Amino acid sequence: MIRDPKDLQRYTAPERANHWVVGISFILLALSGLAFFHPAFYPLTQLFGGPVWARIIHPFLGVLMAFSFLALFIRFKHLNKMTPADREWLSRAREMVDGDDHGMPEQGKYNGGQKALFWALAVCMLLMTVSGLFMWRTYFAFDIPAVRLGAVVHAAVGVVMIALIMVHVYAAIWVKGTIRAMWYGTVTRAWARQHHRAWYRQVTGK
Amino acid sequence: MALQSLDIKQRSATTTPPPQARMTTEIAKLIDVSTCIGCKACQVACMEWNDVRDRVGSNHGVYDNPMDLTENSWTVMRYSEVEQNGKLEWLIRKDGCMHCSDPGCLKACPAPGAIIQYANGIVDFHQENCIGCGYCVTGCPFNVPRISKKDSKAYKCTLCSDRVAVNQAPACAKACPTGAIQFGSKEDMTDYAAKRIGDLKERGFDKAGLYDPQGVGGTHVMYVLHHADQPELYHGLPADPSISPLVSLWKGFAKPLATLALAGVALGSLFHYVTKGPNEVSKEIEDEIEREDKEEAK
Repeated sequence: MIRDPKDLQRYTAPERANHWVVGISFILLALSGLAFFHPAFYPLTQLFGGPVWARIIHPFLGVLMAFSFLALFIRFKHLNKMTPADREWLSRAREMVDGDDHGMPEQGKYNGGQKALFWALAVCMLLMTVSGLFMWRTYFAFDIPAVRLGAVVHAAVGVVMIALIMVHVYAAIWVKGTIRAMWYGTVTRAWARQHHRAWYRQVTGK
Repeated sequence: MALQSLDIKQRSATTTPPPQARMTTEIAKLIDVSTCIGCKACQVACMEWNDVRDRVGSNHGVYDNPMDLTENSWTVMRYSEVEQNGKLEWLIRKDGCMHCSDPGCLKACPAPGAIIQYANGIVDFHQENCIGCGYCVTGCPFNVPRISKKDSKAYKCTLCSDRVAVNQAPACAKACPTGAIQFGSKEDMTDYAAKRIGDLKERGFDKAGLYDPQGVGGTHVMYVLHHADQPELYHGLPADPSISPLVSLWKGFAKPLATLALAGVALGSLFHYVTKGPNEVSKEIEDEIEREDKEEAK
């Protein structure tokens, strides 16, 4: 039973499915990757059937994430073009973080922070994929200096990406009424009017 | 306690100190390049003792056979023809693991206990803990470890750790017919090398010297070279090897810091929620929308 038939559709089922394929592969990649990152995380390899399996599975998950993110990127890139309003939003992000979002500039489907995250993740995904291929010895044989560079880039960008996703997940938890958009696709009209007023007007005509 | 000869000095992917009470003598293998005749008895002895057999390869028109180290060939003779002072010189170097005091392989390895450095200086791979990632290859300044295509484990010279453990010299040293491979305490080997270098200098090799590169903290396989000023002559033996700065960055202080940073983001988020509270949809806007709905319904 739908509580309110006037709820607004924010994501279609294919968009949500695509997002979760990226999300699941990312979580598994982060857990197995951290295991090789620092000995403190090595026990995480047990989640994958042991350390050798973790090493075998990790790059295949990477391929899955690369392709599924590419699909997500193509779906959403036209919605993530930075505008002057986004830049103003970003310059005043501190007010937002302090919990006072009433005076924030009006936002479309995505705010400046979401757009910045989108592009940052796109760059990270590209760097992770390329550097990861350099390290995938089962199928690729690059020169040792290239592998060394790949290893540093892979580790550094991996940390940045895990931090970005933590922020992404926390933002969804913090802003109430958001997570349902990625579970079943809709948000309330009040949510849209408060957080994405320009998008609200665009879809409701008000 | 286990055999003193198996006391551990360093263990891969382990952040706590190993037992340190016992002081063990450091050992070394000394390879005197100037007395090596390139007979490959060491290669044969290595394969025989360690029960590894390489595939029969093909002749490439040079003496090098096999052409490179493999998971089954832990030592190979490298033959270099060079011109020095207008004369042809045939330099033959037995290549293999150098057993560094500061081993790049061990530093890079993510698997606890897959690479062990014994207190006597031997760096040994424990394949049962190896996960086959190849980070050791990335870390090694001498390009020595090889990953097996068959089992995806890393292999290299063990310095016959099993023989050394029971006070025997490595198989290659035992087999060498000219005494070009000597084995003993690192101190004795350094003294022996000094004598050989003295001899070589008398015979006109005034640049003769010991190869025990300090960039990796010294090695437990050392060379006596007639041209110690140009180690590259010997099939590209690096002049000043050290762990690549990229590997040190990758495996050094940056990682604990990055781990702390991630913990900071997670805790920062938690405390943001606890101190600022959630960002909820305001009652005001909900009421506004309800009012509009009622008006439309009229």
